[in-house]
Amino acid sequence: MPKPIKLGPQPGNPTELILNGEVATNEWKILPQLEEGETFDINALPPGKVILPLRQWQAHREALAKRSAEVGVWLDSDEGAELIGSEAANLPLIAIHFPAFADGRGFSAGRLLRERFGFKGELRAVGGFMRDQLTYLQRCGFNAYAFEGEQPLTILKESLHDFGDSYQSGVDQPLPMFRRRF
Amino acid sequence: MYRYDDRDRAIINDRVVQFRGQTERYLAGELSEEQFLPLRLQNGLYIQRLAPMLRIAVPYGLLNSSQLRRLARVSRDYDKGYAHFTTRQNLQYNWPQLEDVPAILAELAEVEMHAVQTSGNCIRNTTSDPYAGIALDEIADPRPYCELIRQWSTFHPEFAFLPRKFKIAVSGSEQDRAAIRVHDIGVQIVKHGEEIGFQVLVGGGQGRTPVIAETIRDFLPEEDLLSYLEAIVRVYNQLGRRDNKYKARIKILVKALGPEEFGRRVEEEWQHIKDGVEKLTPEALQWAKSFFTAPDYKTFDGAASEAALQQQADSDKAFARWLDRNTYPHRVPGYRAIKLSTKPTGVPPGDVTDRQLEAIADLADAFSFGEARATHDQNVVLADVEQGQLYELWQQARKHGFATPNIGTLTDMICCPGGDYCSLANAKSIPVAEAIQRRFDDMDYLYDLGDLNLNISGCMNACGHHHVGHIGILGVDKKGEEFYQIQLGGSASNEASLAKVLGPSFSRAEVPEVIGKILDLYVEQRQAEEPFIDTYNRIGLQPFKERVYAKAN
Repeated sequence: MPKPIKLGPQPGNPTELILNGEVATNEWKILPQLEEGETFDINALPPGKVILPLRQWQAHREALAKRSAEVGVWLDSDEGAELIGSEAANLPLIAIHFPAFADGRGFSAGRLLRERFGFKGELRAVGGFMRDQLTYLQRCGFNAYAFEGEQPLTILKESLHDFGDSYQSGVDQPLPMFRRRF
Repeated sequence: MYRYDDRDRAIINDRVVQFRGQTERYLAGELSEEQFLPLRLQNGLYIQRLAPMLRIAVPYGLLNSSQLRRLARVSRDYDKGYAHFTTRQNLQYNWPQLEDVPAILAELAEVEMHAVQTSGNCIRNTTSDPYAGIALDEIADPRPYCELIRQWSTFHPEFAFLPRKFKIAVSGSEQDRAAIRVHDIGVQIVKHGEEIGFQVLVGGGQGRTPVIAETIRDFLPEEDLLSYLEAIVRVYNQLGRRDNKYKARIKILVKALGPEEFGRRVEEEWQHIKDGVEKLTPEALQWAKSFFTAPDYKTFDGAASEAALQQQADSDKAFARWLDRNTYPHRVPGYRAIKLSTKPTGVPPGDVTDRQLEAIADLADAFSFGEARATHDQNVVLADVEQGQLYELWQQARKHGFATPNIGTLTDMICCPGGDYCSLANAKSIPVAEAIQRRFDDMDYLYDLGDLNLNISGCMNACGHHHVGHIGILGVDKKGEEFYQIQLGGSASNEASLAKVLGPSFSRAEVPEVIGKILDLYVEQRQAEEPFIDTYNRIGLQPFKERVYAKAN
């Protein structure tokens, strides 16, 4: 499998996050993608709940089956939801990385996981997204938001309620307004 | 026209509150420039050379008189008493204070207006035909579909951070007056028997890499409009390039994949969602159409009305000219549409004062059921005027500086704000427009030249549509000096074409003279009533090149 020559920014592991609308302790540890030359030892995984890069999860899916409730997967912004596909229905957590807030591919990935691939677990935004995107993320099916660094999460979570209604279909409100007006 | 209900109002009011909070956070230093940038852009707020610029959305160009009066008031209270109609049928303020923008948006929300998605890498204001609903060659009114697209695209959660800006245009007539072939998506209404549907084109655009759009679907059923658009934008959002902003538009993706492969991917995506909730219901379609029904027209004897008008025209040459250039046929006997020209000599094309905005409102109330339409050539249409009132309307329009009878002629130029305002520009464009207007101010000569689109952009981003002007002028920077490249043969109509560069560029002072040489050659070479673009297509670029670059003897 070809490796990236140079890794972009990697998601971090803040101690707290916004989960289902509340500030919560981060119980999951996200592992970065492998640097060039690095190898992945499945037996050296840290204990507890871990979120693996897509490639490691793909390579070791069978071996990880025993601890499936403790293994999540994260997608980088150039990795589409179809790479997990219907396997999503069996995962407890999928994280989607936003290397920069302007990179909007993760919005499509989130919706597809929820609407097409039957994902019911925790859908977590990680990386450089910003507060003002929370309503969009929520509408695309995200329910967990791990901001980078120390952030005033109790204030940020207010932005989940920036809008009270929406025109088009989304995960939170599947019916577009034209089906609700009459 | 479309009117908000409580749901629409609630969404726009939520936006006003949200943007007020964002502006406060920025002013308090809690948001960096970089973070504030996409937020303000998605609210139409640019930081320009001299001051911020605020672009107000005018959905597919429709305005009512109370909106026009509010726009006038805002320009007076928060700006320098004027505003600018853009080539996307929107309206811009050039001098608002950043701190005032939330208050401006609150004022606009009261008249069902906003600045949502007028900039930024998201789906922009949908544009259409300024003669929608009245044109003789109309297949179906495009406005209900424009409104459905407006609602679908407003705060679309998946498509707020696309690789690049995204523009959709809808044409409902046989002649394309919405330039759909130079849009990211062009939607052409077509009929199969009695069934309404759409021809869908993708990947057109101007800017640095002008491209004519390709058709990816010949007939899309009416009810599938939104789900198909969703499929297109979803494919683009996932596959469009994000590493280089000059290669990020959908046209580059369509070129890279090829239109067939791009279309195949869209179809594949669409199969998943075509029967989903975005499929338009008969009730929704009927509801959207209910906002765009014919106003309460009177019944006239068409022939008698024409004869009376002809009599007025025969006795007043100036009126006859205005009638000839600035009015447009209407499908209802005894009515015409008229175009108010924002392009008298010496005024930047598209600029109107607060007083003029109010005058448009008054004229709309008096003569055209209280509505007006901004056009992509930066003028204003009153769509439903009784022929018997045209003379009176013309006199009033004259008083307010709107009756220059130059619509569609050389001096009815499309022109971007250019280096006078815009921080992207390489060169000024407004003084070039003015110099051309001053040189070619003989109306007899302009009429003799006939239909001629001259478009000016101050840089290769092409906001002044120079690629699709019969004559295009592009401002370029040569070692810190402003020069102008001349292009010929562009068109945004059904037979869309991209203009070709004539040759080496000219200084600003030389431009009117060069245009003069081009026009001289046209006049010499044209056959009978042949318009400029047809002569160009017949004889090609070379004779123009030889004339313009001929060595003086």
